[in-house]
Amino acid sequence: MLSELDGAKLIAGGQSLVPMLNMRYVFVENLIDINRVQGLSSVERPSPDVARIGAMTRQRDILADPLLRDRAPVVGEALRFVGHLHTRNRGTIGGSLAHMDPAAELMNIATLLDATVHVESTRGGRDIAIGEFPLAFMTPQLDADEMIVAVSFNLPRAGHGWSFHEFAQRHGDFAIVAVGAIVEVEPDGLTVGDARIVLSGVDFAPQRLRDAEDILKSRGPEATGAAAACAAGVEAISDAMASGAYRQHLARILTGRALSQAFDRARGASLQ
Amino acid sequence: MSELHSTTLTVNGKQYTRDVDPRMHLADFLRHELGLTGTHLGCEHGVCGACSIIVDGRVVRGCLMLAVQADECEVTSVEGLAGSGGLSLLQEAFRECHALQCGFCTPGMLMTLTAILAENPNPSEAFLREELSGNICRCTGYSGIVKAALTVAASLRGRKGEAA
Repeated sequence: MLSELDGAKLIAGGQSLVPMLNMRYVFVENLIDINRVQGLSSVERPSPDVARIGAMTRQRDILADPLLRDRAPVVGEALRFVGHLHTRNRGTIGGSLAHMDPAAELMNIATLLDATVHVESTRGGRDIAIGEFPLAFMTPQLDADEMIVAVSFNLPRAGHGWSFHEFAQRHGDFAIVAVGAIVEVEPDGLTVGDARIVLSGVDFAPQRLRDAEDILKSRGPEATGAAAACAAGVEAISDAMASGAYRQHLARILTGRALSQAFDRARGASLQ
Repeated sequence: MSELHSTTLTVNGKQYTRDVDPRMHLADFLRHELGLTGTHLGCEHGVCGACSIIVDGRVVRGCLMLAVQADECEVTSVEGLAGSGGLSLLQEAFRECHALQCGFCTPGMLMTLTAILAENPNPSEAFLREELSGNICRCTGYSGIVKAALTVAASLRGRKGEAA
């Protein structure tokens, strides 16, 4: 249907699309409801270290999923910031990624976990690395006849530290700046094996802070301040909510807090 | 004008079939097609929570769901809360605790809290306040609303205790 109808759009949970329709930001000629398509709404584990989330999995079910709670708790931490109970009851991961709102927490998390987006069309399927997924403002790399069917990612190593912080005007509102962090600390407590930091809300797509990650990997957890300082250097948009300079300030503060918490959690895990 | 879709759904225990314009929201359907005006529409873009209704056991925004999407679904609106025995426990507690002022947000508050208490009969005040962040009361009468919910939770626990 998607490849045959003119001006067609898929509707998943509708928690981004329907507000946009209500405000007349979006006009569609044909709306295709995929809420009853079977087999798209579960969290699976195709191999021991991989999680695959069906595109139509409701945000609320992802939040409650035992595998993710245990092996990737940052997902649930971020989802608490996504809208409210009512919208999480309907909203899906595929819908959120397809809209690519600059403030969307799930885009941040997908980037943080280096996810792969699986899409399909009548022409066949393809996998898109999350880094390649954003094209422009609210525009992912999806052709008009393609639909997201799942998102998969490698589960972070057991004992990793994680954190998600966000500044918004009210709980559940669009993030002005959000940061997700994952750190893996070696048993010596001084060497950082892996560090991933992602800022969202600052630009049209989430930004990996690779400079800051390199600082942590070469200098260890003590370099948290220097790593957070890198966050102040990101390109940040100015809009009616906040200036670019204010976003950069928030980026530095939130990155510092997130890294401290992530390292505390990694230490806590190693003590157990 | 788009083509109408025959939609059958159960609202507050009663089945209805209507030919529905696909652009009609579920909350508008309840109000205009069924005359159930207890569901209020405030912001119409999912922020204020006034239109909260329960669809297949989960509380959702009535303004962010299309009526055609509720085909074969079970919907509960505020009119479905009171039984033949009178007001529900929560509605009674709202009255006792002065949990409504102007009353505009009240249907949404009742539906949200009904769903929350059904799943978690032992909520903390902090939990309730966080979950209620999706329902806005412009009279800012949150104290009474939270108190009413805590009162109901306590009495639900008491009943369970008696049964055990």
